[in-house]
Amino acid sequence: MSDVPPGIETLDYRFAGERPAGEFAPVLVGVVGSGNLEVLLEPSPGGDCAVHVETSARGFGRIWEAVVRDFHRRHPLAGVRLSIHDMGATPAVVSLRLDQAAQELQP
Amino acid sequence: MTGALSYAECSARERLARVVDTGSFHEWLPPAERLTSPHLAQLGVPSAFDDGVAVGRALLDGRPVFVAAQEGAFMGGGVGEVHGAKLVGLLRRALRERPDAVLLLAESGGVRLHEANAGLIAVSEVMRALLDVREAGIPVVVLIGGANGCFGGMGIVARCADRVVMSDIGRLAMSGPEVIEASHGVEEFDARDRALVWRTTGGKHRWLTGDCDVLIEDDVAEFRAAAIEGLDASRRVTLEALEAENTLLADRLRRMAEPSEGDDAVALWGRLGVAHAERVSELDVASVRALRDAKGVEA
Repeated sequence: MSDVPPGIETLDYRFAGERPAGEFAPVLVGVVGSGNLEVLLEPSPGGDCAVHVETSARGFGRIWEAVVRDFHRRHPLAGVRLSIHDMGATPAVVSLRLDQAAQELQP
Repeated sequence: MTGALSYAECSARERLARVVDTGSFHEWLPPAERLTSPHLAQLGVPSAFDDGVAVGRALLDGRPVFVAAQEGAFMGGGVGEVHGAKLVGLLRRALRERPDAVLLLAESGGVRLHEANAGLIAVSEVMRALLDVREAGIPVVVLIGGANGCFGGMGIVARCADRVVMSDIGRLAMSGPEVIEASHGVEEFDARDRALVWRTTGGKHRWLTGDCDVLIEDDVAEFRAAAIEGLDASRRVTLEALEAENTLLADRLRRMAEPSEGDDAVALWGRLGVAHAERVSELDVASVRALRDAKGVEA
């Protein structure tokens, strides 16, 4: 038996951005399916990159932090909000989805 | 088939973007509105920003249509409270604004069991709203070709529509294979027997029995062409139409009154006049289409 309580775990991260994303239409990539996730990327006031995660896989906060920090190193976006609904995606899948969302901002 | 893009492998939003005119889809209640399920989080299940369905208006061959696309990868396309309310709202808005047609890109296992009663009520509201739209002379066209098929309450919704378009790998039925096996036993129906599942729910079977109106390949371009063809497919709900449907079903039952040796689906095709019914599973879509058009098949 696991001592991790049931239910959704919520995680929040915030980074100081470097590259202002400006105004853009919200971007949705991925699907909330088994081993998959959806990422909603929206403009947000201020110069930060805020990340909000809701996941059914509890107890992986440290891995999420590493994956999200790694993403921010590749794409130091400023003035954005990333919202994630996760259903047990692996770190590699999460990284790819995050990159896919950032890619959608390219002209 | 070179260059064909599999409809089954596309997400709901990818299908939407390619079935309607490029760039014409305008979404109502888009993901950023965060109209999510009020029930799932309590059960430890993540929500989806669109609750598994995208609805909006678009142009199809230059003509105004309303359109909904269900995402089968999220909870099997199950209809929850919000998901159902979005479908009902779309249909009721169609009564007011009178688009040329309503397209439903269905992929669903039926009611989302996590939201039991709310989902059941939602599906019944979808049926009522759909029949109102038909009664108003606006055709409702259902496209079925997703990997999850169209089952349960959504299977009934599909058969309430003016026109049903299916690919050969699409599936349409009431109870899904696992449900039948659980309630009637594996001797009655082995849900792991994929050939059996497709013989009894797949596009070819639905075409030969007259339960779908168009049978196509698993190709997004073919779904788009079939949707355009459906723009003027309005069939008013009349007493005559209902009686004809009843006659068709009674006739099907009568043909199956005698027990069959071997497979029931193959026996039914044969009794409907299909020559060499045992070969249907191996035939390509064009050949199966020709079977129903051929003399003798009363679909």
